[in-house]
Formats: sequence, structure tokens, C-alpha cells
Amino acid sequence: MAQIAFSEKKLKEVERIKKKYPVERSAVMSVLYLAQDEFGYINDEVIEYVAELLNMAPTRVKEVATFYTMYNKKPVGKYHIQVCHNLTCTLMGAETIVEYIEKKLGITVGETTKDGLFTLSEVECLGACGTAPVMQVNDTYYEQLTPEKIDQILEELKKKSS
Amino acid sequence: MGEVRILLDFEGQKGTHTLENYLKREGYKAAEKALKEMKPEDVIEEVKKSGLRGRGGAGFPTGMKWSFVPRDVDKPKYVVCNADEGEPGTFKDRVILANDPHKLIEGMIIAGYAIGANQGYIYIRGEYAREARILEEAIDEAYEKGYLGENIFGSGFTFNLAVHRGAGAYVCGEETALLNSIEGKKGQPRLRPPFPATVGLYQNPTIINNVETLSAVPWIIRNGGEEYAKIGTEKSKGTKLFSISGHVNKPGVYEAPLGMPLMEFIEKYAGGVIGKLKAVVPGGSSTPILTAEEAEKVNLDYESMQAAGTMLGSGAIIVMNDTVCIPKALSVLTRFYHHESCGQCTPCREGTGWLDKIMQRIMEGKGRKEDLDLLVSVASNMMGRTICPLADAAAMPVISYVKKFREEFEKFIELGKCPF
Repeated sequence: MAQIAFSEKKLKEVERIKKKYPVERSAVMSVLYLAQDEFGYINDEVIEYVAELLNMAPTRVKEVATFYTMYNKKPVGKYHIQVCHNLTCTLMGAETIVEYIEKKLGITVGETTKDGLFTLSEVECLGACGTAPVMQVNDTYYEQLTPEKIDQILEELKKKSS
Repeated sequence: MGEVRILLDFEGQKGTHTLENYLKREGYKAAEKALKEMKPEDVIEEVKKSGLRGRGGAGFPTGMKWSFVPRDVDKPKYVVCNADEGEPGTFKDRVILANDPHKLIEGMIIAGYAIGANQGYIYIRGEYAREARILEEAIDEAYEKGYLGENIFGSGFTFNLAVHRGAGAYVCGEETALLNSIEGKKGQPRLRPPFPATVGLYQNPTIINNVETLSAVPWIIRNGGEEYAKIGTEKSKGTKLFSISGHVNKPGVYEAPLGMPLMEFIEKYAGGVIGKLKAVVPGGSSTPILTAEEAEKVNLDYESMQAAGTMLGSGAIIVMNDTVCIPKALSVLTRFYHHESCGQCTPCREGTGWLDKIMQRIMEGKGRKEDLDLLVSVASNMMGRTICPLADAAAMPVISYVKKFREEFEKFIELGKCPF
């Protein structure tokens, strides 16, 4: 038995999700999102818990959790900065943006700042090429990025967290 | 621009995602007409007449796809909307999802009625969290007003609809990978046949259509397939959304009748090229690249693009001016396809890996002369040898970029860096 558990509210949400499908297993992607939200990231304990909730073998949950890139398999900062580095964004200066953020935060791609506030990642096409370069911080898109805009965004996020 | 607006008829207004706004634009009139006045086979006939083809990239005739679903089987059937917009350069479906979700919902109700499906799913890419919320709200609104659920318009027809969020896997845009993903499995494509029309979601008959395709259906039902077929060319009917990005003055999503010359579109809609044109990727990152000279001669339709050795694809136009280093651009794509290969088929898993490795070593200044032939050889050996088209998608840019810009690649290798 897993030692962790969802809140009552989240358990209700799980029930609601399950009802959308004729089979329980179809709920696994949504429930993994809920788990990521609740526990921060997806480790073996979380996988076991999700498997119990959906009557699945833990290995089936694990193969889903590891196949899809949006499930974090290790802890990430409070704000997960994900800069698109696909074709149009590269044409429009994504590399400069990444370098600027690295310098500004003192971390390289894949790292988290010491205060646990920011993690920097490069991701594939975010589907916002008309407003490239683009990044996503958690679920929010920031488009037409410039160094000045980055300054502003990071400042706002820092303020929000303090 | 004075042309017919089928998909972007909401432009210029605010709050267009609400039911209230949609109803002002003849919203749900088509579903009412279909459910109350038409037989399911008449609906399919109308869509066939329109000449509508799949807007996700493959361009398969929509009406024909619907007609493949067996009529008299005692199994649940499904309508699945592919909103896993992931082909680099493509951002058109996001515009519909964010601004006109009810149009898509209405298209799905009609599709469901046509094939006899009572359940639909919208598979939306995980990154589109905001759009997923907008969709969920729109679905709730539609349930509240009786456009979804039981006995819609008193017709006795039931249609339920739910959103399924992806989680960052390009391959799930491939329809059978998408079905596996909804089933709660890894998003790996399935062997075909059997095709989803007979053995699809949960092994039941299923049609999978792109957001843009389904969103064109209400207009077709309201105005008739023949009206739709008046727009466009002989084999490319109707209007299409084009996502244009890169070196143009006004990047964005525009609706244009199929058949318009590419350069006219760039001038008229996207405000022209910034700087001197070097190359155009016409239909998403996997479609073969066009040189500036070739770009002058093609039209935005299926047959013209095919004749030019490329594809209309998802209608994602990426414009590159003469500041762009073509080998560098290709290295972005080889990395991407390597990252996104699901690993199921050896030619793709290994092939994308080698293409990536070779391109990265060229980027690091360690390229060899023979690397160019090696790239083309690896890519050619991947084509057509896998379960799904991801291997072809990775191979086509490699072959076309190297072939058309070989001199630039040779110079890059010689100098160990971009030649300009």
C-alpha cells in the first residue's frame, strides 16, 4: 500500500474523470496530472498510488508516466520555465533567450535555482510559432520574448512567490 | 479580405468562445438541421459533395472516411477529434480551440450523428492547458443548453463529449497512437489494417478528424456541400487555415481559399518577407523544403504542392530569409525527430538517432565530407519501413535540405561552421 494519499477533493475529481471513459485505465493520464499537482513530481511511490486508484499494474502506470514528457520524474522548481527550441523559435532567436535566462538565473538547462524557485528546460514546438520566440512557465504561455520581457516576467514571478 | 470566412468568421470580435456569441453566428443551426431534417447517410453525402479533405496533414477525403464506418454493427462507435497540434510550425487549431470551441463541438455532434456515434473525445495536447479549460467550459455550456447529452433537439440522438489531455508526445498526433493514449497506454502507433473506422478506440469503430476539419462541417451542412466545393481548385476544395511564421512581417493564422499562389499569400496576408527570401517550408516541419525559386511557382493546394515534390501538410508555412543557416535549421529538426521517435520500429528509432548524431557532429565542426551521402542514405532507408509516418517525417526534410542546399552543407563541413 502506498503511504501517500489524495485529498478528498482530489479523490472526487478522480471519480469524475473515471466516468468519462468506459474503462478505468483511460483515466491514468489525467490522474497522473492530478498527482503531479499534489505531490510535485512522479516517483515510484506516486506510481504505486495511482496504480491502486485505477486497478492497474504499477508497471503500466510507469510506462505511461515515463513515455510522456510533461510528467516530471524529478522535482522541479515552483516555476518551470520551458523555452521552445524548435524550428521557428530558433529562427526567431530562442537560443539567445535561453542563454539570457541561464545567465540571469545562474543555472543551465535542466537545472533548478538554489532557492527552488525556477527550473529551466528546453521543449519542442509549443504551437505558438506566430509569436516566436515562446516559452511556457508552468501552464502559462509567454510570447514574442525579448531580454527585457524576460526581466519583467522573472521579476513578476519572484514577487508573486514572496 | 473580402473572401468567404468559414473558419475565422469570429475575427474582429471579443469573447467569441462563449455560446452566446456562437449563437449569433448561426451557431448550432447546422446540428439542428442535420438531426431534425437529414438522415445520417445524407449528412455523409453532403460532406462528400463538399470535397472536404483532412486538414491535419494527410488530406484524406473526410466524407469517404466517415463512410468506412460500418452501419449495422451492434458496437459503440466513437468520434475523436485530433487536437494534438504538434507539427512544428503549426498553430492554427489553437486559434479555433481558444476562440471558437462551439464550432468544433457542433462539428463533432454532426459527425457523431452521421456515423452513429454517441460518444466523442477531444484529444488536446497537454501544453494547451488554457485551451483545454476553454473547451471544458464550452462543453459544460453545451450540456446545459441541451446541445450535448440525451435527445438533442428532440431528435432522440444522444451525444456525449469529453476532453482528454495529452502530455507532450508528438507521435500522439498520429491517429492510432492517439487512440492508444486515450486508452491509457503509451502513445505508440498501431499496425493498420485494421483501420480505426472498423477497429478503433476500445476496438470499436472510430473516426478521427482534425480540429479544422470538424470545424468546417457546420458551414457545409448549413450552406450545402456544393457551395463549399465552389471554393478552391479541382481537387482542393474550400478554404484552409494557414499558420505562417518565421521571416514575414505579419506572422499569424489566416484563412484563404485553397489554390492561392504561395507568394501571393505571403504578400497579401503575411505582409511580405522580411529581407531576402531563401527558402520556405510549406506544410509543417516534415514537408520537403522549397527554395526561393521553387516557392515562386507553387500554389497553396494539395496537387500543386505534390507536383512540386512537397506537401500542403497542415498548412504550416515557415519562411526563411538569407540570414538562415540551412544546416543549422536541419539540425533542429533531426534533434526533434530523434526526441519524438516512440522507439517501436527499429528503422525510426535507430535512424532518427543516427541522423541526429551526424547533424550534431556537423554542427560541432567535426563533420566529414561523406556525411552528406550518409545522411541521405540513412534517411532513404527509413522511408516507408515503419508502422507510422514519423520516420518519413524525419527523413523528408533531411533528404530535401541536403539535396537543395548541398553546397551550403559542404561549405559548413569544410569550415566547421556556418559559411556566412
